This record gives sequence, structure tokens and C-alpha cells, in this order.
Amino acid sequence: MIEFQQVHKTYRVAGRGTAREVPALKPTELTIGAGEVFGLIGHSGAGKSTLLRLINRLEDPSGGRILVNGEDVTALDANGLRRFRQRVGMIFQHFNLLMSKTVADNVAMPLRLAGNHSRSEIDSRVAALLDRVGLKDQARKYPAQLSGGQKQRVGIARALATEPDILLCDEATSALDPQTTASVLQLLAEINAELKLTIVLITHEMDVIRRVCDRVAVMDGGEIVEQGPVTEVFLHPKHPTTQRFVLEDEAVDEGEQHDDFAHVPGRILRLTFQGEATYKPLLGTVARETGVDFSILSGRIDRIKDTPYGQLTLALVGGDMGAALAQLDAADVHVEVLR
Amino acid sequence: MDALFSSLLGNVDWYEIWLATLDTLLMLGGSLLFTIILGLPLGVLLFLTGPRQLFENGPLYSFLSFVVNVLRSLPFIILLIVMIPFTVLVTGTSLGVAGAIPPLVVGAAPFFARLVETALREVDRGIIEATQAMGATTRQIIFNALLPEARPGIIAAVTVTAITLVSYTAMAGVVGAGGLGDLAIRFGYQRFQTDVMVVTVVLLLVLVQVLQSVGDKLVTHFSRK
Repeated sequence: MIEFQQVHKTYRVAGRGTAREVPALKPTELTIGAGEVFGLIGHSGAGKSTLLRLINRLEDPSGGRILVNGEDVTALDANGLRRFRQRVGMIFQHFNLLMSKTVADNVAMPLRLAGNHSRSEIDSRVAALLDRVGLKDQARKYPAQLSGGQKQRVGIARALATEPDILLCDEATSALDPQTTASVLQLLAEINAELKLTIVLITHEMDVIRRVCDRVAVMDGGEIVEQGPVTEVFLHPKHPTTQRFVLEDEAVDEGEQHDDFAHVPGRILRLTFQGEATYKPLLGTVARETGVDFSILSGRIDRIKDTPYGQLTLALVGGDMGAALAQLDAADVHVEVLR
Repeated sequence: MDALFSSLLGNVDWYEIWLATLDTLLMLGGSLLFTIILGLPLGVLLFLTGPRQLFENGPLYSFLSFVVNVLRSLPFIILLIVMIPFTVLVTGTSLGVAGAIPPLVVGAAPFFARLVETALREVDRGIIEATQAMGATTRQIIFNALLPEARPGIIAAVTVTAITLVSYTAMAGVVGAGGLGDLAIRFGYQRFQTDVMVVTVVLLLVLVQVLQSVGDKLVTHFSRK
């Protein structure tokens, strides 16, 4: 669907006397499948924003090829690029709505610019889109009269106006409060499911990735340092940057994540359940059959998009420790012995 | 009362005042129209060729900027006189309302262009980026996004320019342009008719007040923030 082949980007920064070349994106290979929600996570300056803007060529690559549905978009001329952009929607952190136009006129804008739709066609499409994002009654208002969440819904309706195959989301929820973030992400997930639209989103919050993405790439210093299915990357992070992101996400709920439990007696294990295993009464069974006692030191049971998961840090004491570890190992659970 | 009025304003010929007012309004209207016609595209061009803009072009921007600065730093009274040959070439006369309009436009258009450039810079870059992402042509970006978004700022620029033009029209009296300023100099100053001076000054003041409040109303009307 979207394929990066050795794509790289360097900026020329005018310095004192000489111009410096700053690499924003090192040569990158990346494939994003049709219909998936693909997340790019990284701190500011990691190159994620550049990568996103290369897809619809708001930035031109310094080298490499970008294929979208097999078409080389780096080779498009001005006219071809315009037509290509009409098939790629984009939403922004600060919404970027036109303050001088009503909500309905903002949503109609991509259709008017494309110039191949009749007035009645535009009106009915705008009404349907506003209805879909839950803003049917706000059509005649101006963006300044709306809340942040409503503005982003207008942004989404506008991005979908030309029925694109791809939706690019540039930190779309970073300016919103947690509750509004949740509802906007919910809307994106629904749209992805309904329209089979490919969504590429960038964020610096692991929580956003966990809620909506199928696959994720972690960026640091202008390159992708880790990528894979969100369940894999989130539950078993390998690169230090990824581990930091996961920790940051958990720290919201658990202040004691950095605790090494020095004062707790017994063996300390971390169990990671995923999918159906999350619901099995594994701990009780093991405790009963091997005589070990367990106490839960920290834990989290949640969902990664539609997959339930659990991650528990346990202390085990007494009983047949060897048999307990063997039973856990044999079960459908990932076990790490921390101590 | 009537006697008091006529003795206080004894020198005021109200018909003359009426004609002078008409001349001032004609000069103002005509020069404002041409100032906008010339200055708006110049301002848009200044904006577009400026640093980090859509048509960034260092040499062209520097050249336009230099011309604008030269015209703006020339005192209007000098411009009036320097322009006489050109004015005669364009309008056939250097006198009256027609003779005043070319120097007024040349004096005000660069000023207006700068104000337009500033108003356009106030438009959020994100809005230009969003419009580009929709697949807009540069022309569409200018007419469907930049200009509508900058409209309150541009209206404010028109207001300021109109008021500047009012004071320029008063100066244009020096080269025989007519209007309230001319009346004030010839009668109020040179013939020591203080009452004529007071009446013309009050009329100019009222004109400026009206322009400013109409401008402010329009800015408020078009501001959606």
C-alpha cells in the first residue's frame, strides 16, 4: 500500500557562513499495509513528522522512492501530485481549519477545490460527513465557536470529504484532553473499520498507539529503531527508546513501576498474558497445585486495540517453587524471572 | 443666533466648502481604488516571495522590498512635485482631482502593500499546509485560503491607508489639486481666515472618524475568532 524504499531527507540549515546539512530521516525502508492503522511514535525531532509529510509530499525526499498502491509518488508532476493529494486526507494537531469559513464550508472545501462535484452533491456529502462525526447541528457555526474535540471532528470530516484511501494524522490528539482524545481515537477506529481506510498516525504517546494501532514503528534520531505488531512491541519492547515509551505510558497508572521491590521476600516474576489467556484462572491453579503463595506487586489489565492483555509482577513464596515455575512456563504466558 | 453664527463664520462660503469636500471625497475614492488595485497584488507578491514562503525568491523579494522602501521614505510633498511629468503623461494634467490621483496612488500603494504583507503573515502556516494537503493549486491557496483568512487584517489595512490618503489629499492642495486642504491653505492660512481653517479642519476630522469607525465595524464583522 505505502512503501518507502531507501527514502531519506536532509535539511539545509543556514549557519554562520556555511550551510549545514541536517539529516531528518536516515535511509528508511517501511511498508504499511492496506486498511491497517499504522502508528509512528517518537519524541520531537525523531523524524516522525518528516516521514508523515513525505507520504503526501508536503516534504520532498532527498532520495529514495515512495510507492503508494504501486505508484511512485516521488515522480509525480504538479498536476499528478494535486490529484494524488485529493486521495490522501490529513488531520493536524492544531486542526488547521479556516477561521473565516463555517463548519460546512470547511468540510466542503476539498470538494470545491477538486472542482468536479456539483453543488447538490457537495451539500449532501457534507451533511452526511457532519452527521457521521456527530456535528450535524453545528454546520453553520464557525470553528472559533467549537471545542477542541469538535474542531478535530470537523478536521476528520474535511479529511474524508474526497473519500481518500489514506488518512494521515499529525499528532491529532496531542492538543486534546484525555476524555476528548479517547472519543476522537474511537472515531478514527470506527472509520478505519467502516471505510477500510489506511490510517498513518504519529504521536508521542504510547497510549494512542495502544488504543488504535495495529502496527507501530518507534523512531529515534531520524530512523526506525523498532517495529512490529503493537502487542509485540508494547508487551516485549526491545530498544531502550521503546522501553522508555512503554514505561512512560505505565507510569501514568503506576508510580511504583521503578520500584525494585528489595524489601519483598521470595522470587519475583513478571507474567504477560495476551488474548484468551488473560481470562484463564492460571494463578489460582498453580498456587493450589504447587503450594506456592503469591502476592501481586503491580499489575495492569487492559486492551491493546481489541486484544486483551495482562501484565503482573508477582512475588512467589513457599511451596514447590520449581514446579510452579515449570507450570507457568508451560502455560500460554510469557514469564520473565526478575529475581 | 443667526447673527452670531454669521459673524463667527463670516468668511465661510458654504458652496466653496461643498465643492472642496466633493473634490476631497473624489480624490480619496479614486486614489483608494487604484491603491488597492495596485497594492493588493504587490502585497501578495511580497508575501509569497518572502523568506520561507510558497514562492521564496530572495532577489525578487529584495528588489520589491527596496522599491517599496524607497517610495515610502520619499516625503509625499516631494513625490507630488517629482511626479508632475508622469502625471501629465497619464492624465493629461497635473491639476485638479485627476492630477492628484497618480501621486496619491504612488505614495499610498507601497504603504498598503506592506500592510497587506503583514496581514498575510498573520495567517497560520498550518492553514496553508492543510490547503496544500487537499491538493490545492497555488492560485487556490491564495484565493480560497490566504485572502479569506487575512480579510480582517486587509480591511484594517484599507482603513489605515484611507486615513493616510485623507492627509495626503490635503497636501495635494499645494500643487493645485483642490479639496479641503487646498481651501484651508489658500483661505485659512494665506488670507488669515481662521473660520475657514476651523471649518475645513473639522470636516477632515469628521471624515477620518467616519472612515475609522466603518473600518472597525467591518473588521469586527469579518473576524470569526
